Amino acid sequence: MDVQIWTYIIVGFTFAIYIGIAIWSRAGSTKEFYVAGGGVSPLANGLATAADWMSAASFLGMAGIISFSGRDGSVYLMGWTGGYVLLALLLAPYLRKFGKFTVPDFVGDRYYSQTARVIAVICALFISFTYVAGQMRGVGIVFSRFLQVDITWGVIIGMAIVFLYAVLGGMKGITYTQVAQYCVLIFAFSVPAIYISIMLTGNAIPQIGFGSELIDEPGVSLLDKLDGLSTELGFDQYTTGKKGTMDTFFITMALMVGTAGLPHVIVRFFTVPKVSDARKSGLYALFFIAILYTMAPAVSAFARTNLLDTIPNTSYNESPEWFKKWETAGLIAWKDKNNDGIIQYTKGNAFEGKPTYIKNRDGEFERGEHGEIMLSNAHVKGENELYIDKDIMVLANPEIAGLPDWVIALVAAGGLAAALSTAAGLLLVISTSVAHDLIKKSINPNITEKGELYAARLAAVGAVLIAGYFGINPPDYVAAVVALAFGLAAASFFPILILGIFSKKVNKEGAIAGMLIGLVSTLAYIVYFKFLHVNLNKPENWLFGISPEGFGTVGMILNFVVTIVISKFTPKPPVEVQKMVEEIRYPGEIKS
Amino acid sequence: MDQKDRLRYWRKNLRYLLILLVIWFVSSFVLGILFVDYLDGVQRTPDGVVEDPDSFFHGFRLGGFKVGFWIAQQGAIYAFLAIIAAYVWLMNKLDKEFNIEEKEISTSDH
Repeated sequence: MDVQIWTYIIVGFTFAIYIGIAIWSRAGSTKEFYVAGGGVSPLANGLATAADWMSAASFLGMAGIISFSGRDGSVYLMGWTGGYVLLALLLAPYLRKFGKFTVPDFVGDRYYSQTARVIAVICALFISFTYVAGQMRGVGIVFSRFLQVDITWGVIIGMAIVFLYAVLGGMKGITYTQVAQYCVLIFAFSVPAIYISIMLTGNAIPQIGFGSELIDEPGVSLLDKLDGLSTELGFDQYTTGKKGTMDTFFITMALMVGTAGLPHVIVRFFTVPKVSDARKSGLYALFFIAILYTMAPAVSAFARTNLLDTIPNTSYNESPEWFKKWETAGLIAWKDKNNDGIIQYTKGNAFEGKPTYIKNRDGEFERGEHGEIMLSNAHVKGENELYIDKDIMVLANPEIAGLPDWVIALVAAGGLAAALSTAAGLLLVISTSVAHDLIKKSINPNITEKGELYAARLAAVGAVLIAGYFGINPPDYVAAVVALAFGLAAASFFPILILGIFSKKVNKEGAIAGMLIGLVSTLAYIVYFKFLHVNLNKPENWLFGISPEGFGTVGMILNFVVTIVISKFTPKPPVEVQKMVEEIRYPGEIKS
Repeated sequence: MDQKDRLRYWRKNLRYLLILLVIWFVSSFVLGILFVDYLDGVQRTPDGVVEDPDSFFHGFRLGGFKVGFWIAQQGAIYAFLAIIAAYVWLMNKLDKEFNIEEKEISTSDH
């Protein structure tokens, strides 16, 4: 059997499971639709949170980014796990005790203000939409690369699957499919990692393996060899960083705080029965996430070592099979600048932008002297001749290491599981925000339970369609927009949630001003450097050397300061609100 | 639970949080970012990264890893897990100590 058949079998099998769960777990009430009836066990919620959290970017993108940036990649490793400490310690238990459906619910009630609620809904919708577009795109890409299906059809198939379990099952359906999806994605990520770890170092645990000695070269550890290869070829050492310390600090903080402020993550903690369960499921969630996040840097180091060991200074004719396969897919490209037929790989770009191939009249690729596909990209000075897409490090890793076909197929199923589970979680936040926070709480409070459930399903349908549209016609700025989602979550939600729990004095004037300041400052900074003046986006132009990715931290600090100062000079919150704050601080019923 | 007990419970919770968040900050931001070069035994200069023979950790390896690199890519994540585990354990103990009886929370609109 070849890879394609294996992929059809494995992907088809996992999809059958998801659909089966969707039919089994239909939601009958708004409570089931929004928070799975509040009866999910902490273990199941931990698994679901892990799948919800780990997107196509975690599964496919992150190991690739670390592979190319070495130690600097640790901002993602620490940033996307450290936020769970904040969630489990500072937010989840109290928001669970509060006992409502959404984050805007808390903001609206705690700050006794319709304005605050509406600002929160707008933030939640904006964050979720920016995020979900990238997920649908991820689904399309996996389909097109592994099954040779057109990206458009890939997105449509993905939409149909998400539609089934998100629209029918709501949170209940999503939760149990996410449990299944976690199992698929972690299995798919681990199998190649363990295989390669054993091949290179003889150690079956990749987390230990990437620091171990090589089988082929006893006495040399893998990372030392990688550092050696890197510097020999003119790259920076793999195990040291280039990014400024301050910038690293701010980016890591923005990612951590942003994680803790993302509505689709917070809402998962509303599904467990008790406060102690919320704490416990925070622990389970991070445990299941950590399995992938500690393995990812190992995969990065393995892939980088394999790549640097096999490709540079090899002639194109002798390059391995996978090299040519991914060249056809446009993820690898080679421009023989010095015309010697040998692949030179060193620092710098091989040419400008992503590869654009020249095709002849019959629609076939124009081939060069050595058989390589010809490029029409603008020339760039420098000796580097090789273009490699970051995504390839996970996608092609099994092939580069020569693993069996079924492992390659498994990676496709894992990538789909990661993208679909995150998309579903985000779609639910969107539909809840529209049906509950906007329609029920703002526009028509008299809507019946049945009407609200109907509205929630309709909103989910709308959200799936919009997400699908962006998946098929992706805006150019998907990557830039992710920085925006985290920055905004950090700068808008996090401070006022924390203050709303830990202070009784913070009031609506403070919170509204704080949210707006955090939002506007972060938005302005990111839009300025990422959209309006992309050419100025350089360290020497940044405020205090902080990149747009790290600016959410500044927005967060501004939000904290403004909220506290304004609350000092404006009336205290009403007694009922102070009582409510008192109540959420204790896990049990208050008798006094 | 009377008013005095509630205050004591909350204060204790805040103390746990403070200690654990300090550990959180040190394990990631201090060791994994601010002092990572020192722990790796290297130094950054305008011409790039050079060895730092003055560092206590120069030439030291933790099972094949430079110490700073290991903390930034592995250790910090293990520390986060330990922190949450400690909090779960401490709070369960505290709830028991104060005889807090947890009931299932009924999520509702009202």
